[in-house]
Amino acid sequence: MLDQEIIGKLKTILGSDYVSDAAEELFIYSRDQGVQDPHMPDCVVMPGSAPEVQEIIRLAMQKKIPVVPMGGGLLLSGLTVPLKGGIVLDMKRMNRIIEINERSHYAVVEAGTSQGMLDAYLRKHHPGLKHSLPDAPPSATIAGNIAIHGSGHLSQSEGGFHSEMVTGLEVVLPTGELVKFGSCSTVPAWFSRAPLPDLVGLFLGWNGTTGVITKVGIKLYPRPSLHDVMVFMTEDIDLAPMIISRIINTEVAEDINYALAPKPDYLNGFQMTVINVTANSEAEIKMKKQIIRDALHDFYETKEAGFMPVPPNMKAGFLEAPQKALSKFADVRKGGGFEYVGAIMPIEKIPEACRAGMEITARNRITYSLGARIIGRGHCAMFFFAYPFNRVDREEVERVKKALEDTNKTALQLGGIPWKAEVQGQQLILKQMEPETYRVMKKIRDVLDPAGIMNPGNWEVG
Amino acid sequence: MHELIFNTKLCENCKTLDCIMKCQYIEMDLDEAGREHAKILRGEESRILKDCVTCYACEEYCPSRNHPFYLIVERQEQLGIHPVPKPIEKSQVIMMGPRGKIKQKELKAPVIDMCFFDIMKGGIRGKLFEGATTIGGSDVFCNLMFLHFARNSTIRERLPLIMDNIMKYYLEPAGVKEIICYHDECYGTYTSWAPAFGIDVPFRPVHLFDYIYHKLIDLKPDIKPLNVKAAYQRPCSNRLCPETDHFVDDIFNLIGVERPKRTYEYKNALCCGGIPEAAQRFDLVEEIQRKNVEDMKSTGAQYGVFNCPFCFWTLAEPVAKAGMIPIMMSDLCLMALGQ
Ligand SMILES: Cc1cc2nc3c(=O)[nH]c(=O)nc-3n(C[C@H](O)[C@H](O)[C@H](O)COP(=O)(O)OP(=O)(O)OC[C@H]3O[C@@H](n4cnc5c(N)ncnc54)[C@H](O)[C@@H]3O)c2cc1C
Ligand code: SF4
Ligand code: SF4
Repeated sequence: MLDQEIIGKLKTILGSDYVSDAAEELFIYSRDQGVQDPHMPDCVVMPGSAPEVQEIIRLAMQKKIPVVPMGGGLLLSGLTVPLKGGIVLDMKRMNRIIEINERSHYAVVEAGTSQGMLDAYLRKHHPGLKHSLPDAPPSATIAGNIAIHGSGHLSQSEGGFHSEMVTGLEVVLPTGELVKFGSCSTVPAWFSRAPLPDLVGLFLGWNGTTGVITKVGIKLYPRPSLHDVMVFMTEDIDLAPMIISRIINTEVAEDINYALAPKPDYLNGFQMTVINVTANSEAEIKMKKQIIRDALHDFYETKEAGFMPVPPNMKAGFLEAPQKALSKFADVRKGGGFEYVGAIMPIEKIPEACRAGMEITARNRITYSLGARIIGRGHCAMFFFAYPFNRVDREEVERVKKALEDTNKTALQLGGIPWKAEVQGQQLILKQMEPETYRVMKKIRDVLDPAGIMNPGNWEVG
Repeated sequence: MHELIFNTKLCENCKTLDCIMKCQYIEMDLDEAGREHAKILRGEESRILKDCVTCYACEEYCPSRNHPFYLIVERQEQLGIHPVPKPIEKSQVIMMGPRGKIKQKELKAPVIDMCFFDIMKGGIRGKLFEGATTIGGSDVFCNLMFLHFARNSTIRERLPLIMDNIMKYYLEPAGVKEIICYHDECYGTYTSWAPAFGIDVPFRPVHLFDYIYHKLIDLKPDIKPLNVKAAYQRPCSNRLCPETDHFVDDIFNLIGVERPKRTYEYKNALCCGGIPEAAQRFDLVEEIQRKNVEDMKSTGAQYGVFNCPFCFWTLAEPVAKAGMIPIMMSDLCLMALGQ
């Protein structure tokens, strides 16, 4: 419980509309859709500007109150659940799009700008440009996504994780200073992190434990006028790495996703590699599709695998960005529970990860959707194990928790690393991490956050 | 098990081998055609079995109606030739299979059998279908499409159950004796494939165009001639019931649609390209679609008219891109009725 004096100070900083310690609001901010146990915040605030964030952080540092930054809160692994109470800093009001640079292909946005807002803005005002969209619901924020090394539609073709597409950051440090990193620290433009020593990484993938991101410079890419999809269907899981590599090597696919699920029944036992192709003319799209077909010619020639004809209604679904299919799947068990465990892993491990996922879900009697998005030109895969569940069914929740633990262990055993790991997953990673690496991590954090207020409980040796 | 009724003698004495010589997708001279066809008769591998795009046309080309295509499918299946990649084939077999989820519903004639395409039942509307009721979905699906997958066995296995479902759950309780087949596939199943395999059909199938034509005669005073030009995309399954093809002209005449002569129509019709795509014959798909759409366009047609939903899904976009309006025949007729 925060005493009313602090609540009063927060109200003075933000205005009373943007500070709440009402029980019903705290309840909502105490949990996400995953299986992590809820923890009550003491207070929820919605800052509207970087100076307001600074004032909140200074107050929190002075009083040693935990602060948990939150964007869309759509992570599913409890990273915005305030493990040690304190203040949840809901960033959604900071949603201004500050600059679009058409020529140098970047956008500067406030941290709480949602994926959907940036996409809609670009479609309307800069139809020739797009950013890499994750398949998360559109209310996911730009900063929340880079803070966990998210990935999306251009991760394969345009350079990897979304954190790699960051051109600069503005951050409120846990000690209250407002700092810029990247070219924007030296000149007015946000075009690049090079050639300066790269300090941006101090905030990417740190899950809000090193500071509050207030602005993001993010790369934009051309938005070709035509978009088509090809679906390659297989029955032999072991073919996946070879097929995916062949498609990557063509260098003409925009996004490559691999998926398998037990439902609907007519897809059970089959795998689909969904290949997105974009172009600016019919001739270009035709050529790209032909190149991809040629790359897989020997597979479909034997009739052991092949391109599935995609009827228009199905195609419309595949062409959507973000994809609604996963959000729909998230609700198959009803009751609002969804665990979406990711693991970044080498592409050659996909077959083993699929088998492990099926084995784990069978053992724990839960349903699944498994798949992978290819990152970079085949530098790794973001493998997902998605487990929907009914939150009201406590027994099912326990089974999913167990599956989550098994999945994290398996991912590490396979040579992958759990993505956006919840506290228990973080512990597993830290156990396996070189001790010197962890020591450096801790030193950096101690320097940046001497009062230990930023998202405490995460990335700490337990 | 129901076996294909096929008269080998007819083929042995056949001088023209129309089934192969008229095929638009396999090039052979008469000698080679004779040799290759003889292999099929003997149950041996033949180039025909691999090159066939399963367009069904030879069922129409054979002057003796000796079911050359059904024999091709039998042989493909016996020899393990898969026109379509195996995972796609297996998945389709599951997807289209009867679910046993049939629910009795009140029906009255005319009963339109939507085949698998229950989602198209929005098209059953207006004066043309006044009072009509529909059935559709996997439990009444004829399964004839498995001809494209070298799986006569699937049709054989499912058809008796499907017809049973139609009778027991729908027609008998409603006291109805005939169904209007929305899709040529169903009509072809009941009038061609089932008799070819010695399977009795317990109801009277009526072709959709037969129904529409007679309905339009009744509604003649309401028809406002459309005065447009149209090209028609004949579906593969109409090759199984060529006796119904004249209804296209009959209907067009009634609704004031001109059908300028084009190369790829009637017996010379071209496939929509959907099945060759499933069979991974991508070069062919492109060529067929280009020839087909250019041919439609060259006649000055304003509309590309379809009856098969699958042809529509496959060709609607290229037809629209070529500047014509893709439309289902029933919708074109509704337009003429001012609806
Ligand atoms: C159906 C579904 C599909 C998904 N698909 C994808 C996908 O394709 N790709 C993908 O990457 N993810 C995906 N996700 C996961 C997740 O929703 C996204 O990564 C999302 O972008 C996270 O953004 P958020 O705003 O919800 O972050 P939050 O959950 O609010 O926060 C994420 C982390 O970042 C921290 N954080 C938030 N804002 C700030 C800030 N301003 N400063 C510092 N730290 C901050 C938080 O403390 C937390 O640790 C999916 C989720 C669902 C439910
Ligand atoms: S199937 Fe018909 S056309 Fe072909 S060889 Fe036999 S009789 Fe002749
Ligand atoms: S079905 Fe068509 S492609 Fe196959 S042999 Fe007969 S006419 Fe030729």
